[in-house]
Amino acid sequence: MVCSLQLGLEAGQRDGRTMTKYSGFKVFAQALRNNRGWGRAWRDPDPQPAYDVIIIGGGGHGLATAYYLAKEHGIKRVAVLEKGWLGGGNLGRNTTIVRSNYMENGNTQFYEHSLKLWENLSQDLNYNVMFSQRGYLGLLHSYGQLDAGRQRVHAMKLNGIEASFLTREQVQEKAPYLDMSMNARYPILGGVLQQRAGTARHDAVAWGFARAADRQGVDIIQQCEVLGFIWKGLKIVGVETTRGDIRAPKVTSAVAGNSGVLAEKAGFQLPIESHLLQAFVTEPIKPLVNCVIASFGMLYYISQSDKGGLVLGGSLDGYNSYAQRGNLPKVEHILSIGKALMPCLSRLRILRHWGGIMDMTMDGSPIICKTPVDGFYMSAGWCYGGFKATPGAGWCLAHTIAKDEPHPLSAGYTIDRFRRGATINESGTGPVPGHH
Amino acid sequence: MRIECPCCGLRDHREFDYGGDALRQRPAHNDTDIDRWSDYVFMRRNPSGLHREFWQHIYGCRQWIVVSRDTVSHQILSVCLASGAHGAGQGLERA
Ligand SMILES: Cc1cc2nc3c(=O)[nH]c(=O)nc-3n(C[C@H](O)[C@H](O)[C@H](O)COP(=O)(O)OP(=O)(O)OC[C@H]3O[C@@H](n4cnc5c(N)ncnc54)[C@H](O)[C@@H]3O)c2cc1C
Ligand SMILES: [Zn+2]
Repeated sequence: MVCSLQLGLEAGQRDGRTMTKYSGFKVFAQALRNNRGWGRAWRDPDPQPAYDVIIIGGGGHGLATAYYLAKEHGIKRVAVLEKGWLGGGNLGRNTTIVRSNYMENGNTQFYEHSLKLWENLSQDLNYNVMFSQRGYLGLLHSYGQLDAGRQRVHAMKLNGIEASFLTREQVQEKAPYLDMSMNARYPILGGVLQQRAGTARHDAVAWGFARAADRQGVDIIQQCEVLGFIWKGLKIVGVETTRGDIRAPKVTSAVAGNSGVLAEKAGFQLPIESHLLQAFVTEPIKPLVNCVIASFGMLYYISQSDKGGLVLGGSLDGYNSYAQRGNLPKVEHILSIGKALMPCLSRLRILRHWGGIMDMTMDGSPIICKTPVDGFYMSAGWCYGGFKATPGAGWCLAHTIAKDEPHPLSAGYTIDRFRRGATINESGTGPVPGHH
Repeated sequence: MRIECPCCGLRDHREFDYGGDALRQRPAHNDTDIDRWSDYVFMRRNPSGLHREFWQHIYGCRQWIVVSRDTVSHQILSVCLASGAHGAGQGLERA
């Protein structure tokens, strides 16, 4: 007893509650005890029969929504229901790029708010999410793209977001391993740099939000799949799950690529197709790529993880899919772009590659809103960009649920924007998900 | 994934371009109902399981075809030419 008090373990931890606040001192003290005293990071409760809010999906968005509901709005009788394990969906499969270099009103401000939350997230959650602001460099390959790049810098600056335009020489200085020859398959004429952008550790984001939400009293229930809804007239008042019925006056979906499945069960369609996106990691090497490098034109991105592996990805496989594994033509396509931009890549072996299911909307922008069904809310349509949105989307969805009105930053992200002609189409490519 | 084109036989899916949900109903040209048009342009069936979808054999005969495919296993159950060039979804019974 004396010993554990000295080591700063609060009494609550022994009855299964997770009250330990992490600190440098704790790390030191635990080292003296061979790290045997840490305890669980969050509880593993059985579902209660009823809650104030049920969140379907224990990915980043579900967990962040639970955390902000409890912390910002005082709504603590909240359950997060996850059919698998935390971070087994896209949260654990993405390439972890965080940035706010958008151009369309509605997107720019939302993603910048999210980036600001990222900047203080480790402190706020008392969990190191390893957010590293190593910069995001978007390459420009043609004179048209140079103009578009300058336009992007101006749009960001007008919104108070720092950005800089890099000349060809400045790109070469920053990333000397890129193929800068004018005969290259993809000649590099310049770049756009957002220095505050970067990467974070995806698993830590799941665990950090889960632990912080749990500390606020949220029940995180894994191995609990939502199979259908409980209705009272035309209103949803709960969910049927593999672990029994659970009721709540407010139910929200945060299931990323599975949004269409739940919407169908709730009786409406979405402007969404579920698509496959693959990603790759190479064998680890010494530090080489010190920022995120992306090609706006080619839809390709690469960064280096703290373990040394190069993490890279590209565009969708291109057809509706719920299989979390991709096809080979895309492997060839993405790796050949990679090699053309960065010839030294050809010497590396791919260690792993995997796929995730992405909810692609018809304008490439997300959905955070009350749905057409009473009692049912939704965060969906995150396309390529939902990881960077994790804190921002949780923030805005929690507000929407608590106050029953949209947060000003996500007010444009409704389902009916399509019908009203108010789409937010960053790429200007029309209702074809494969083109966003 | 390989697709059996009714004209060209079994070909790699790389030769095809994807056209999405084939059960959408295109409203009549003089239809002024905004909801029907917005449903047609933006809303999609997005099932986990059997999906009827358009593909075009762009690097072959350039025909539009309708493929019935399982979106979980990627298994293709049937392929036919997209009938009725004027109407997406017309000529197909609705799932
Ligand atoms: C390969 C790849 C690379 C990506 N790269 C980036 C990137 O670099 N930057 C970026 O910003 N974004 C990126 N994304 C997008 C980002 O990962 C997603 O948009 C985001 O993670 C989605 O939100 P989430 O974390 O809540 O989703 P998920 O982690 O998928 O969470 C949804 C959860 O819901 C659960 N679920 C589904 N149905 C049910 C049910 N019926 N009952 C209970 N639970 C259910 C799932 O098991 C899953 O855990 C990438 C995605 C992929 C696939
Ligand atoms: Zn053909």
